[in-house]
Amino acid sequence: MTQDVVLPLSILILLIPLLSFLINIFFGNKLGRLSGVVGTTILGIDLGLAIVVAFTKLTSYGTLHIIQNRVEWFNLGSVKVLVGIGIDNIAAIMLIVVTLISFLVHLFSTVYMEGDRRYPKFYAYLGLFTFSMLGIVIANNFLLMYIFWELVGISSYLLIGFWYEKNSASNAGKKAFITNRIGDLGFFIGIMILFFTYGSFMFEDVFAGISSGVMPFNNPTMLTIAGICIFMGAMGKSAQFPLHVWLPDAMEGPTPVSALIHAATMVAAGVYLVAKVFAMFTADALTFIAVIGTITAFISATIALTQVDFKKVLAYSTVSQLGFMVMSLGVGGYTNGFFHLVTHAWFKAALFLAAGSVIHAMHHAAHHMHDHHTDAQDINNMGGLKKTMPWTYRTFLFVTLALSGIPLTSGFLSKDGILAGTLAYANLTGGWHWIIPVLAFTAAGMTAFYMFRLTIVAFHGEHKTEIAKHTKENKLPIVLPLVVLAFMSLWIFYSPNPIDASKGWFHKMIVQPKSAVPDAYQWSFLLNEHAEEDATVAHQAEGSTTHLEATTGKPDDVKAAGHTTGHYLNKFQEESHHFHYIAMILSLLIAGSGIALAFMIYQYKLISADKLEARFKFLHTFSLNKWYFDELYQATAINGILVVSKALSWFDNYVVDGLVNLSSYVTRGFSYVVGLFDNYVIDGAVNLTATFTGFLGAKLRKVQTGHIQSYVVFVLLGILILLYFFI
Amino acid sequence: MEIGLTHYLIISAILFSLGLYGIITRKHAIMVLMGLELVLNATNINFIAFARYGGMNIEGHIAAIFVIILAAAEAAIALAIVLNIYQNFRHVNVDEVDNLKG
Repeated sequence: MTQDVVLPLSILILLIPLLSFLINIFFGNKLGRLSGVVGTTILGIDLGLAIVVAFTKLTSYGTLHIIQNRVEWFNLGSVKVLVGIGIDNIAAIMLIVVTLISFLVHLFSTVYMEGDRRYPKFYAYLGLFTFSMLGIVIANNFLLMYIFWELVGISSYLLIGFWYEKNSASNAGKKAFITNRIGDLGFFIGIMILFFTYGSFMFEDVFAGISSGVMPFNNPTMLTIAGICIFMGAMGKSAQFPLHVWLPDAMEGPTPVSALIHAATMVAAGVYLVAKVFAMFTADALTFIAVIGTITAFISATIALTQVDFKKVLAYSTVSQLGFMVMSLGVGGYTNGFFHLVTHAWFKAALFLAAGSVIHAMHHAAHHMHDHHTDAQDINNMGGLKKTMPWTYRTFLFVTLALSGIPLTSGFLSKDGILAGTLAYANLTGGWHWIIPVLAFTAAGMTAFYMFRLTIVAFHGEHKTEIAKHTKENKLPIVLPLVVLAFMSLWIFYSPNPIDASKGWFHKMIVQPKSAVPDAYQWSFLLNEHAEEDATVAHQAEGSTTHLEATTGKPDDVKAAGHTTGHYLNKFQEESHHFHYIAMILSLLIAGSGIALAFMIYQYKLISADKLEARFKFLHTFSLNKWYFDELYQATAINGILVVSKALSWFDNYVVDGLVNLSSYVTRGFSYVVGLFDNYVIDGAVNLTATFTGFLGAKLRKVQTGHIQSYVVFVLLGILILLYFFI
Repeated sequence: MEIGLTHYLIISAILFSLGLYGIITRKHAIMVLMGLELVLNATNINFIAFARYGGMNIEGHIAAIFVIILAAAEAAIALAIVLNIYQNFRHVNVDEVDNLKG
């Protein structure tokens, strides 16, 4: 397959889910039960195409930086606004991630959403979401990215609030949407700074502008600020501290949605964005990103320790893992950050689908027993599910191992890479930066602990309630996605070596892009060590609107990474390699002790959980209440806005309304005077004229006798008068 | 004294004046129409006189014939109107047909 086919096929991949949306939104009611089949089939076709495109890109054109086109959308005066789509290696991989998970979730939902009143609408929204997410993946410019970004936001809103009859669900939808708006505002400001400076939305134009030394407002700090603004978009979507509060609430949506949107794909969009525009971040911006990622990873890991809602634990775990990805990108570990995104997508989707499976079974059992009060999502109501749901348990256990970072899983490879990266970063920068690896390792240990707490409490031991005893394993459409996703979490898909991914195809294909930022504003250890030929991309003239073109990037990068020992892309990668084994041993020790602790407390009850809780009452309450973030925002942001709104409302009611009423009184008075003038002076004059005319008419009508003969006399007289005057 | 253009014109003027007088003063609609005929014939005399003496030649004759035809047509229409007036008012007194009075 030639590379000309890649872009049209990508557009097809983008549009096919939209077709699913249109069919289900317009003909959903007619289709009824069939809409699930239609949606799943369409996504299956889409998945097939995505696999074809991704394999073509990765195998035949893996060394090409990006296959893309540029199309002139419209003109703003003299500024041409260009858009386009592009497939680079990370986009190719994301295509598979999005379509495969979306396909599995479609399949899963055929059973999970069975009997829902708005079943076709659910599939319509899933189609819309998949369409928008694929749009983000294949956009090669900020403008399209932003448009699809917002589309993803709206589909997320629709799906979180899918059961909008529940007050908490509709509130969660609103919360997610509004919190995302804050991030998106920053994103938009960042885009505008860049567009104002470089006159283009295209990533490559912006990077070329930056590397040619042009700075926004001639100030390198502004480049950092622009980077942070762009990153704010990622903070919103990827639920980074302090905007992470929406993601746990988003669990009000149906569980397949949580798996698709709030675990695997949409929340990864922020990380994907940071990876896409990685070349434009300055050292300061990267530091900011790393710090935000670290704080997020740590805080949410601590919160996940004490949650009792099955999905809430997973939600905070997602936030924490997203923090890991962002942190990895921030410290310069581009490849590992994106690697973790992909591996995490598989096993977190599997975890959520397993959660869906459990909740579905719990609901069924509760329904069967006519028990509508027990919370089907509370892990303290479960227990012993290992016996009743063996397949769910097996897959869940395996992906839990992956998330905890145990060898032979993909999660081990990526997490280990990230942790080695943080150590390398701290070693290279020194000082307070050592906090980052310390918090990262702590969070990794907590991850292992809370995941095993969840597994043990929910699946091991005795049935804690009657409901749990009556749960049954679900049907094939629910179990199959779990197995597929668990299978995808094996190490073998990424690297033949189960403890080191750096020789695998993934690390060969995903190479850190050359930073566009001038050397003075970038970490020296991120600069590419050997001089390479100019990485700027060659273009054909912009005039041709639909012409496809492939821009060749830097093929030698790939070679450099694929080199045998001794040649690293930059100092950071060399250092990461040195820390690889230290990080591995450390992370295994920490994860192992986390798991051991979980077993001691919850499985063998060597340590009483209640006593621990009583001992660390303050910490427990703090974690259980999610560090009081919601209350903090309630007290500051929300109440602040309420107070301001009240003040504004008072101002509105008394000052503005007063002024308006005053002016209306003045106007009324004036109108009254004008009315009088109108009535008596103007109407008087008009009436006078009319009366005068009427009077005249009354006099003159006497002439009209109706006697033809008198008219003849008048004519005669007239002629005589005319004769007298003219002759 | 030779009879010339002037004499014809005087005759015509007298005839015209008589006709006009008849139109203005008669009460009976038929009488008014007869006055009208007089006026038309006065103009006919003028045409013929100018044809004979004034150099109008054949055009004068043709005009006179046109007037006679017109007079016939006019008489037909006018008599129809008079009949209508009679049917509506049961008389033909033009003094009392003043429905168009202002």
